[in-house]
Amino acid sequence: MSETKYTEDHEWIRVEGDVGTVGITDYAQGQLGDIVFVELPDVGKELDQGDEACVIDSVKAAAEVYAPVGGEIVETNDSVTDKPGVVNEDAMGEGWFFKIKIADPAELDDLMDEEAYKAFVEGLA
Amino acid sequence: MRYLPLTPDDRKAMLEKIGSASVDDLFRDVPTRARLNQPIDLPPHQGELEVERALAALAAKNVSAGSVPSFLGAGAYRHHVPASVDHLIQRSEFLTSYTPYQPEIAQGTLQYLFEFQTQVAAITGMEVANASMYDGATSTAEAVLMAFRVTRRKKAVISGGLHPHYRDVIATTGEAMGADLVIAPVDPEGIADLLQQIDDKTACVVVQNPSVFGHVADLTPLATAVHAKGALLIVVVTEIFSLGALKPPGAMGADIVTAEGQSVGVPLSFGGPYVGLFATREKYMRQMPGRLCGQTVDQDGRRGFVLTMSAREQHIRREKATSNICTNSGLCALSFCIHMTLMGEAGFTGVAKLNHAKAVQAAEKLSALPGVNLLNKAFFNEFTLELPKPAGPIVDNLAAKGVLAGVPGSRLYPGEARAANLLLVAVTETNTDADVARLVAALAGEI
Amino acid sequence: MLNRQGRPSAPEAGSAGAGFTTWTGHRGLAHEEPLSFEQGAKGRTAVDLPEIPKVADRLGGLAREGEIGLPGLSEPQVVRHFVRLSRQNYAIDLGVYPLGSCTMKHNPRLNEKLARLPGFADLHPMQPMATIQGALELMAQLGGWLSKLTNMPAIAMSPAAGAHGELCGLLTIRAALEARGDKRKRVLVPESAHGTNPATAAFCGYTVDPIPATADGRVDLEAFRKKLGSDVAAVMLTNPNTCGLFEREIIEVADAIHAAGGFFYCDGANFNAIVGRVRPGDLGIDAMHINLHKTFSTPHGGGGPGSGPVALSAALAPYAPLPYVVQEGDKFRLVEETEGEAKPFGRLKGFHGQMGMFVRALTYMMSHGGDGLKQVAEDAVLSANYIMAALGDVMTAPFEGPCMHEALFDDRFLKGTGVTTLDFAKAMIDEGYHPMTMYFPLVVHGALLIEPTETESKEALDEFIGALRHLAERAKAGDTARFTGAPYLAPRRRLDETAAARQPVLRWTPAQ
Repeated sequence: MSETKYTEDHEWIRVEGDVGTVGITDYAQGQLGDIVFVELPDVGKELDQGDEACVIDSVKAAAEVYAPVGGEIVETNDSVTDKPGVVNEDAMGEGWFFKIKIADPAELDDLMDEEAYKAFVEGLA
Repeated sequence: MRYLPLTPDDRKAMLEKIGSASVDDLFRDVPTRARLNQPIDLPPHQGELEVERALAALAAKNVSAGSVPSFLGAGAYRHHVPASVDHLIQRSEFLTSYTPYQPEIAQGTLQYLFEFQTQVAAITGMEVANASMYDGATSTAEAVLMAFRVTRRKKAVISGGLHPHYRDVIATTGEAMGADLVIAPVDPEGIADLLQQIDDKTACVVVQNPSVFGHVADLTPLATAVHAKGALLIVVVTEIFSLGALKPPGAMGADIVTAEGQSVGVPLSFGGPYVGLFATREKYMRQMPGRLCGQTVDQDGRRGFVLTMSAREQHIRREKATSNICTNSGLCALSFCIHMTLMGEAGFTGVAKLNHAKAVQAAEKLSALPGVNLLNKAFFNEFTLELPKPAGPIVDNLAAKGVLAGVPGSRLYPGEARAANLLLVAVTETNTDADVARLVAALAGEI
Repeated sequence: MLNRQGRPSAPEAGSAGAGFTTWTGHRGLAHEEPLSFEQGAKGRTAVDLPEIPKVADRLGGLAREGEIGLPGLSEPQVVRHFVRLSRQNYAIDLGVYPLGSCTMKHNPRLNEKLARLPGFADLHPMQPMATIQGALELMAQLGGWLSKLTNMPAIAMSPAAGAHGELCGLLTIRAALEARGDKRKRVLVPESAHGTNPATAAFCGYTVDPIPATADGRVDLEAFRKKLGSDVAAVMLTNPNTCGLFEREIIEVADAIHAAGGFFYCDGANFNAIVGRVRPGDLGIDAMHINLHKTFSTPHGGGGPGSGPVALSAALAPYAPLPYVVQEGDKFRLVEETEGEAKPFGRLKGFHGQMGMFVRALTYMMSHGGDGLKQVAEDAVLSANYIMAALGDVMTAPFEGPCMHEALFDDRFLKGTGVTTLDFAKAMIDEGYHPMTMYFPLVVHGALLIEPTETESKEALDEFIGALRHLAERAKAGDTARFTGAPYLAPRRRLDETAAARQPVLRWTPAQ
């Protein structure tokens, strides 16, 4: 059973066991526009919650992806570096960036669930 | 005022439309104590004739390099620029346009930048180049910072054959970034070995070829050693015509090539504006500083060009940008591009061969003078002479006699004993045999 | 489909001349021009050389082997190539170029002529001092004019452009702080600042701390005061600011930063709005770069070269970079090494500065004189306010006037039309104008920043206003396709920037 949580910086993390898969939300990709480049973290890198994990460039903007929780990077999605457009097409699925081995599951409690994130995004409009 | 079209009637009508009583009213947000109540003490406006007279009088106080035999180099070279270059860059559409932010109406600028990038990549033997930097020195300092980003290290090893001004620009910007700079001692003989300085903390090695003293070296072994430690080799070229005759840095393992492009198309102009060249490997493309022009298509499928990968730059990435550079050297890049296009393969390599042949002839004559020693085994169009006494006063004396003999070592390295008797001499296609004969005779009279 | 030279096989539907095909791809005077690399013939060249003397080479066995890959063209081909390219560019000499923040004003041709005098253009930077007295005197004179106009005692001449000037200013400040043993960490920068400001501060190793703006488009003085502390090295402020407004509380800002032991850096990009009327030194500014290519009209040349001398207060003057000019009696000397009381922070550039730009800027200043420069600022401000007043009923302005040299609009007037700021700007191209600056400053939604400058006639301003009024009305009337498909009449329609960035092609290759 997986659960998906969200940050105020528009990252999502889908947790399965002690590993979380991380990407940016559909709202975030829409705001950035056509994504042209993604720089992924190195596998094995240790991050604290809120550390900068990846850099994304769109035609008109640049953004950082922060680690929603602390832990070690265990896998990255190389298909987004080859075809960054996949982030625009399927931000919540095929467009994921990395998998992180969660150091402290309690950090997940700081994040929003889907309903809370929806309300958060509506509040931004 | 010839440049200001508004008449008193226009101003009155405009103020009425605005609903203001006076222009002073438009400046009402300026704090009272900062408002100037009297004119600044400066001369009043003048006509073209008066201004031209004043500036021409200043120009007349200088000895232009072309009016006497001139052998100055050390990072700036006097070459012949075809008449069509200056004509073309003064086309209004080139001269009075801005950075090509609206590509639909800036294809002229964008296409020449694309051609410029292609030329720079081709002559340096590299894969990609940017749309120019301010000059060779700033381009080199930016290359060091780029190497820091690529390697995530902060140590740079600087060759003793690098132009001292370039060295100083690297030191100035590097120190601000907290860099660890290892600066090798001045190397007039071109024999120093940097290999021991390279370790696994080294981000880059910066080496100039030909060196500031004119030495030409095979950098392949150095490149191998640098790469073995995971560092980058930055090769600096201050005389771009050398690449018409020499094996390019790209073929010797350079990771970044920076250069001063002034020699091609750009007048000496007392040191600026010049045009910095910056080329690298494709894999480092997104770490490059500066503007990049890329090919694409328009809505109707026609080929066109745009500024691309802008997300690296300050206007988007702000404090996380690869550099703070905004304006670069657009019009000088155009001069370079036109001059290079005029020469083409045959012309560029031909001018280079001519420079080298003339320099070899001059070096033979000068080093035949008693007490004069040529320090170079291999060189392109510039070489270093060791004189029997300090070169600085000799150069001043010869200037008074109407010969610009070269750059004395003391000008580049003040206070450096090893440099005092050195004279750097550059010979280009602009120097006639008579010029060389005058230099030889004049120098003979001084030593 | 494209042929080898990238020409369209047919004009597109919806554009002028739709359905009319030409064999060449050219359309009357609008020529399609291939790359130089796609032209020429082997062995052809546009330069004639004398016979090369026969000597044994001394290249140390490192002679170039193989071809570089440069094309061979004759002079007539090269001239035609670049003339055809030039005709695909917009330019200030063709029409109003209202790019806010960029100051596209008329470039007098006298400046070009004098910069080409051999006594300036053909001077080597390392010539002996006795042979360059006029050049050094010119640098001193230009510095003198800038010093009087800013009421600041020292001018660092070497920075090559505005951003390079910012670097110079911050490194000077850093050196002054370190000289008193005071290492500081933060630089405060307003959210509305040019991107170069935070980029420069970061380049100098500082942390950038943003200052919010007030509802009237200015620095929030209270928020600024709260951010001050003993670790703040400097505040970087643009004045007039990027919203085209004068910072009313600028003296309070200066007093506060000085009280906190920091320095006041001013981004002088907009000095043209106040030159001759307000002196930055009187506002408490410690360092300010001056873009000679903006205020003093050296040509922008498609993106440079610029020139960015930096005016410095007495406290900062000793730390200015090498080299600099000193006057000794009636002689001038270039100081290239540390000497005397000076404590230069280092060197910024290969040689002494952008001499070619110095000649042009001094020519411009002498042409205008003190009286003309004041008129420059007044006419620039008057023209911007005129545009603001004339468009206020059809476009929407985020802030109350008066503005300075720029009229700033937001995109509220486009709400519900389906037309964005970008579409609106592109439609201006079809009307024969270069668009204004878009989406900057960032603090205003869908910003449209118009800078007419002082060199437009009232007739030209009225026509420009007419075109904008017409477009605003068309947008509101639902003529959406005019905007979303624009431009229709330019050398190219909208270009695919996404494809360009995803699969970058940065050079021509023979395989193409």
